[in-house]
Amino acid sequence: MIEALTIDSETKTPLPHGLRPGYAGKSMNDSGASSEQISQGCEQTDWLVAVREHRDKAAFGRLYDHFTPRLKGMLIRSGMSGAAAEDVVQDVMLTIWRKAHLYDEGRARASAWIYRIARNRQIDVIRRRPRPVPDEMIVEAESREAHDADAMVSLEQEAVQLREALATLPQSQREIVERAYVGELTQAEIREATGLALGTIKSRIRLALEKLRHELKDLRDE
Amino acid sequence: MKQITHHLPEWLIRSYAAGSLGHAFSLVVATHVSQCDECRARLEAEEAAGGVVLEGLEAVDTSDDLRARVFDGLDEDIAPEAPAPQRTGIYPGALIAEMGSDQPRWRSLGGGIRQAILSEDKQGSARLLYIPQGMAVPDHTHGGLELTLVLQGSFHDETGEFGVGDVEVAEDDLDHTPTAGMGEACICLAATDAPLQFKGLLPRLLQPIFRI
Repeated sequence: MIEALTIDSETKTPLPHGLRPGYAGKSMNDSGASSEQISQGCEQTDWLVAVREHRDKAAFGRLYDHFTPRLKGMLIRSGMSGAAAEDVVQDVMLTIWRKAHLYDEGRARASAWIYRIARNRQIDVIRRRPRPVPDEMIVEAESREAHDADAMVSLEQEAVQLREALATLPQSQREIVERAYVGELTQAEIREATGLALGTIKSRIRLALEKLRHELKDLRDE
Repeated sequence: MKQITHHLPEWLIRSYAAGSLGHAFSLVVATHVSQCDECRARLEAEEAAGGVVLEGLEAVDTSDDLRARVFDGLDEDIAPEAPAPQRTGIYPGALIAEMGSDQPRWRSLGGGIRQAILSEDKQGSARLLYIPQGMAVPDHTHGGLELTLVLQGSFHDETGEFGVGDVEVAEDDLDHTPTAGMGEACICLAATDAPLQFKGLLPRLLQPIFRI
């Protein structure tokens, strides 16, 4: 069921130092340590950046092909009918197109950004009232770009580690983690399963925190 | 600014990210994250994990109609959305959006204590409380979990001291008497997933009237 989360041991190889993020997917393939999933991770972010920068409809089409079948599956698993799920997916895809200018590849991979948009829209629809969302941090594009290249590589490495951590969990635990993020568990069930915290999430937190501190420092220095 | 020392527990952030948290608790999470860099990073980490799981899901069939609707929508002119509410004074934008105004509609509960109910549904309720300095909120236990986020001033109870940005997570068996600190009135956002029960007789009589 989560076949795509399983990756081979070769992918433990860290990304080459100084690798340019835009080419990470290609280089991974060239180096032979490739995994379909790794190159996809980078590609998805590249597609989203192409949509943001060039209103690239072909890139949007690839995002559509990759994400709509999975988003629909996720929404159905969290309790929506097929038709209702498609309505939400439609809104999510159009939001991606219309709000691409807000996407920051140094802060989130495409899948994380899209995951959040899908949750926001799903909750708005189910509860018929706006989901409370945190205030956006306003980060100037210039201070953003200075950190993005490194941050993108780090985000990609974290994603690889996260997939690995998931793949090495015993089947029953892996299913619980997956069900938690898919939206099949109640808050009480998620609470009970808290012991399953993945180590890599903790390291991801440190990374995100460092990145935030950089950005906030830049803001305060201005 | 004072350092935040009481953060959101991991399961609450994860439940929020996964869309499994009720409205009242979601409001507390969004309001806390708006003012806490650490919990913002933790939320982004949860969403990164959600994204990884999403990518790994099995693809299900989608209709041709969906494709048509999305691609037809790309060139549509749509009116720009109203900008998200900005933080005003002690209230983060997340809370302004919920209140629909930049000031709470306070109702007096007597003794200088005021409250403004923000939301109530089957999964719980959220309200703002205004407690004059040094004043205690009547002893209460709650059927469920209670989250209290400080927006101004501070309060303390049997479990510790809570300042601006801090969240107290009170289990259903906690029998506590939160007391506002000295200096300025304590304003906090409180959310429960069950109605509060007060121990004193008078507050219990008032409960149906004030919905406290």
